[in-house]
Amino acid sequence: MGITFRNETFRNDFTFRNSPEHIRRFPFPFHEDSYMYAVNIEPHVVGPKGSVLENLIDVDEHYVAEMQDRALVLAEDPLRCQSLPHMTLAGWDLLELLMEQQALGYPEHFTLTRDGDRWRWINRPLGIDDTFTFGDVSTLPYGPMEYITRQSQGDFCILDQRDGNLWMDAGMVTTQADWSLDFDIGMNFFEWHAPVPLAHEKGIFVRALKFLTNIQQGKPARRLNWTMTINPRLDTSPENYHKWGPDRTTVTPENVGDKVHLRVELQSFWRLPRSNGIVFPIRCYLIKMDELVTQPKWARRLHRVIRDLPEELATYKGLKRYRATLVEWLSKLDDGSPTSPGFGPD
Amino acid sequence: MSTGTTKLDVVVSDVIPVNELVTRFHFRRRDGQLLPTFSGGAHVVVEMRDGERTRLNPYSLMGSPLDTREYTISVRRDDVGRGGSLFMHRNVRPGMEMVISYPVNLFSLDLRARKHLMLAGGIGITPFMAQTAQLAAEGGNFELHYTCRTASLGTYADVLRERYDRRVRLYHDDRDERIELDRLLSSQPLGTHLYVCGPSGMIGWVRDRAAALGWPTETVHFEHFAAPQPGAPFDVTLAVSGKTIRVGEQQSLLEAIEAAGVDPPYLCRGGVCGQCETNVIAHDGKFIHNDHWLSEEEHRSCKKIMPCVSRFEGRSLVLER
Repeated sequence: MGITFRNETFRNDFTFRNSPEHIRRFPFPFHEDSYMYAVNIEPHVVGPKGSVLENLIDVDEHYVAEMQDRALVLAEDPLRCQSLPHMTLAGWDLLELLMEQQALGYPEHFTLTRDGDRWRWINRPLGIDDTFTFGDVSTLPYGPMEYITRQSQGDFCILDQRDGNLWMDAGMVTTQADWSLDFDIGMNFFEWHAPVPLAHEKGIFVRALKFLTNIQQGKPARRLNWTMTINPRLDTSPENYHKWGPDRTTVTPENVGDKVHLRVELQSFWRLPRSNGIVFPIRCYLIKMDELVTQPKWARRLHRVIRDLPEELATYKGLKRYRATLVEWLSKLDDGSPTSPGFGPD
Repeated sequence: MSTGTTKLDVVVSDVIPVNELVTRFHFRRRDGQLLPTFSGGAHVVVEMRDGERTRLNPYSLMGSPLDTREYTISVRRDDVGRGGSLFMHRNVRPGMEMVISYPVNLFSLDLRARKHLMLAGGIGITPFMAQTAQLAAEGGNFELHYTCRTASLGTYADVLRERYDRRVRLYHDDRDERIELDRLLSSQPLGTHLYVCGPSGMIGWVRDRAAALGWPTETVHFEHFAAPQPGAPFDVTLAVSGKTIRVGEQQSLLEAIEAAGVDPPYLCRGGVCGQCETNVIAHDGKFIHNDHWLSEEEHRSCKKIMPCVSRFEGRSLVLER
C-alpha cells in the first residue's frame, strides 16, 4: 500500500492539512512539560513503524505538493539553489544517498536500478523515469544536487570540510525558517552562526563543530528544532519577509486554531563518501493548532511549554506578538491533569 | 556515540607480497555486498586478534574509490615495531575472517585545488594510490613526486608510472636522486594544493620549505600517522572508572585503557584526529607527547594527553577516564 499524496498549497489559499494518520505521526518535539535548549543530538537510526523515523529519509503525504511549492520558489528565485564549482562531487554523493534511501523506504513509489555507472531512476509520484550516467553531469537535466533535491522533501545544505572547519558551499533551501543560503554561501561554520547570541560565549559552536567534523560514514546523527509559523507557509525566507512577516499580526482568538502552526525541523547530519563533505538535511513538518489539539496530551503539554517559555526564547522564535492569544486559547484545553512521559500521543 | 566507527565484517580475499618489505591485503565483505564508497586518502582500522591481545592499526585504503568490490591496504613490515605489521605479514592468510572499520578520511583532497601536487616518501605512497585514481577518473590535474630507498623498494612505482606516465616522478635514495623541493614549490601555478605523506622528517622538511616560500597553510596538507612508540611500562589510575592499570612496554596507553574494559572514542590511533583526547587530573612525572593534535602550549600545560601515541614516565598519573 502506497502513500496517498495530497493535493494542497503552502501559499495563497493555504489548503495544506494533515490527515488523521499524519497527525499521529507528527514529530512532536517536547518530551516533558517545559522546554529549554539542550544538546539533543542522537544517532540517526530507524525508529518505530508509523513514525517519521520509520525511514531515515522520510517521504509523506505532502511530498508532491512540497515539490510543486519548491518549483514555484525556484522559478521566482533561482538563487535558492546554489553549488560552488568544487561541490559537484558532493552533489553526486547526495544524489546517491537520496535515491538509495527513497527507493529503500518506498519501493512502490521509487525505483533505482544500477548497471555500473549507468543508472535508471523512476519516481512515480512525480512521473519521472530517467536513465543517466553517474558522474556525468551532461546526462541530467540539472546538476546532481538540484536534480535530486527537486525530488526530495526538506532543505539540504552541503558542507565542505577543510582546514578543520565546515563551509556552506552548496545547498537547496526553499523551506527555511528565516535564513538565506544566498547570504551564507561560502561562509564557514563560525561565520554563518555569528548572529546567534550567547551560544558563542558558551563555546557551544566550538563543541558542535568538533562533533560535526567527526561525523562518520554510516553513522548519521539527528536533532529536532522547533518554532512556530503563521499559516502553513514553507517558504519563510528573509527574501520573502514582506510576504510572511505581517502574517504574525493577523492572529485573533477566533483564528488561532487554523492559523498558528507548530513548525518542527528534523535535522540530520551525514558524512558523504566520495567528497568527504557533510550533508545537513533540514526537514520541516507543519501542524496547525486545530490538528495538534486532537491529541489531548499534546494540547496540555504545548500550553505549558508556551506559557512557561523564557521571554528571550519567545522573542528569538518570533512568538511575541501572538503568544498571549495562543496561550489563552490553549489554556482552555489544559485541565491540569498530568501528561505521560515521552513525545508520542496517548 | 560509541568508540570508533561502524564495523565491517570482511574476509581476506588475497594476500600478495609486493616486495621484500611490503605485502598487500585484499578484503571483501563476508555477505558478498559492496563495501562502502570512500574518498581518496581514507583509512580503515584493522582489528587483529593476536592471542589475548587485540591490535587496532590504521592503514590507508589504496584501491580506486570507484571500485568497492574490495578494499586493499599495503603493510610495510616493521621488524622493530610493536608487532602489528608482523602479525599482518605472518598470520593473515586468504580466507581469514577479520573486522575492519568503516573508512575515515583525515587526509582529504581539497577539491577547490586547480592542481594537486603530491609528495610521497616510502610507504607514504598508499593514500596517493587512491587519490590519483580518484582524480584521474575526474580528469583532475595532479603531479606525484615519489621518493624511495631503492628501485626494488619503490612500492607501486611501476604501476603508477604505467598508469600516469610523466605525471609521476621517481627519486631513488641509493642513486642520490633528490626532490628539488624549492624549485618545485616555486614553480607551481596559482591554486595548487600540496600534499605530503611519508616519514616525519620529510613532512617537516616539506612543510618548512612551503612556509618559507610563502605557501598559505590552508594549501599544505599532510598525513602524519605516528605509530605508537614502545617505552618503559607505567601505571595509570582511571578516575572515572575507578581502575588502576599498567601500560606495558609494547602497549599504547589507549590499548591498556581498552584492555581494562574502558572504551574511549578513537578514529586514527595515530595522534592526529583528536578523538581520544583525555584530561589529566593529577601527575607526578614527565609526559612523552608524540601526537600532532595538541598544541605545544597544551603539551607544556600537562593537562591533556593523547593516549593513542603518548606515554608517561614517573611516579603517578591520574586520568579522567
